[in-house]
Amino acid sequence: MKGSLLAVLTGLLVVALVVGAGQGQLHVPPLEVLGSVLHRIGIDLGPLPTHPRAEDTLWEVRFPRVVLAALVGAALATAGAVMQGIFGNPLAEPAVVGVSSGAAVAAGSVIVFDVAVLGSWTIAVAAFLGGLAATLVVYLLSRAGGRTEVVTLVLTGIALNAMTSAALAFLMFLGDQQAREEIVFWTLGSLNGTRWAAVAVVAPLAAIGIAVALVLARRLDLLALGDRAAFHVGVDVERLRLAAIVVVALLTAAAVCFCGIIAFVGLVVPHLVRMVAGPGHLLLVPASALGGAALLTFADLWARTAVDNADLPIGMLTSLVGGPFFLWLIRRSRRTAGGWS
Amino acid sequence: MIEARGIHVTLGDKVVLDGVDLAVPPGELVALVGPNGAGKSTLLGVLAGDVRPAAGSVQLAGRPLSSYAARESAQHRAVQLQQQGLAFGFRVRDVVAMGRSPWHRTPRAAGDEEVVRAAMVRTDVDRLAERAFPTLSGGEQARTSFARALAQETPVLLLDEPTAALDIRHQEAVLGVARAVASEGAAVVVVLHDLSLAAAYADRICVIADGLVRAAGPPHEVLTEDLLGEVYRHPVRVLDHGGTPVVVPVRAAQEARC
Repeated sequence: MKGSLLAVLTGLLVVALVVGAGQGQLHVPPLEVLGSVLHRIGIDLGPLPTHPRAEDTLWEVRFPRVVLAALVGAALATAGAVMQGIFGNPLAEPAVVGVSSGAAVAAGSVIVFDVAVLGSWTIAVAAFLGGLAATLVVYLLSRAGGRTEVVTLVLTGIALNAMTSAALAFLMFLGDQQAREEIVFWTLGSLNGTRWAAVAVVAPLAAIGIAVALVLARRLDLLALGDRAAFHVGVDVERLRLAAIVVVALLTAAAVCFCGIIAFVGLVVPHLVRMVAGPGHLLLVPASALGGAALLTFADLWARTAVDNADLPIGMLTSLVGGPFFLWLIRRSRRTAGGWS
Repeated sequence: MIEARGIHVTLGDKVVLDGVDLAVPPGELVALVGPNGAGKSTLLGVLAGDVRPAAGSVQLAGRPLSSYAARESAQHRAVQLQQQGLAFGFRVRDVVAMGRSPWHRTPRAAGDEEVVRAAMVRTDVDRLAERAFPTLSGGEQARTSFARALAQETPVLLLDEPTAALDIRHQEAVLGVARAVASEGAAVVVVLHDLSLAAAYADRICVIADGLVRAAGPPHEVLTEDLLGEVYRHPVRVLDHGGTPVVVPVRAAQEARC
């Protein structure tokens, strides 16, 4: 069960990456995409792209974009799974509860005030700190006695999102034309114009975050028992919480720092995995990472091919699809929990 | 062996425990009884390490409880709480197996599967093994949590009203198992409301009221009409049923008939 699910998701991700890299104004058939990659890593197998500009297009535009889409999808879905674990609530998600926009505000400030002390890492570090602060606020305000009530969590998210969107509006008011455009583009969420430099920042953040999430997986299972019972079976709850909150902030920052706010991936993917494979985090975390990567790569493909010569904001698309899903989840959890608890 | 000495606990302005001593040696089952709000669950929380007492100390296996790391204490004592809850739809088997987590990556983990199966059989939840925990009834959930505590295989077992949601058959079964675990050498502390049940299964009964131990000793010494009537502020009769005390409340209608 475990092996086959991960194998299926890995296969799905490979298909997403190959198809995603081939589609666009310049069409490259999947076999040629594979051939190009294999030749680049020293295996002379498969056909090389026939179009004269195909090789450059693939390596300078398409590959960084699909790889970043996969990394961001993996980071968001993993962040969602971990967050739901520590909140003990399947409705927790970085964007829904305002962690993504917290990261966005911090990153937006860096853009507007033109801070660049850490080079290409400046925005990522700012996003991490903003996300960390937001996660802590949500956590402290919405959790009581080891559980988070749905209604408290969602209301806390509303308040935090209201404050952060006000802060983003203020930043747009302060910024010049260019900063303004950058922030708008960014609150919508987009992978447009991705370069390898962005991948180089996001990849290590996502990798570290997912690796730590895997290490925490077994203890996240135990946390489902509630704080006290988790302690009774040997979990140092305070330490686990702190580690998990840092992981959520790190993964959210990885997703937000170049691509802006992409909502609901962290909600939909872990939920689907739970429906198929049960709630155990040892499988949930890696399956969410792979599933999120595949989903966002496909979503990005859709975003840039749905309308000719237009690159739709991917954050808009995920919200369009994820919003109704969220409503359905709220109704369902209301029914199963017998009220707003 | 678990021993509490001079435990004081205050919550806000209220003194919940006011100098409580309790020692439970291996092989003994002690029942904590007393009226609502007397501090029984708080005392159990102190023994479990959940509640830090303002004064006094708990010794677990000869060492202060406060010196244990979370995982280490979980290898020495298991706890069943009054409230069962689970955030996600884990199966019963998974929940019981969570009791094995303190032994993860130790030589004892080799027996995990067998221990989990035996615990489920002992608590009569083995036929529910594949069911999702949240879909169980209150009593089934309580028995699953009891199985989880048993699977932990600790020398100290702390149970907070394990029989509250159970039917008569399962009440007797759960306390029978707790009794057996004690006879196998564990120190068992059970919070109970049913005094007759406590009398039938406990080696000693500890009556707690207003944060104090009002009486402690073998059931027939502790369960007297005077003490219980005073502590519960309701008159009771203590009857003898084949050598075991049975406690029944006095009801106005019955008194009139006599």
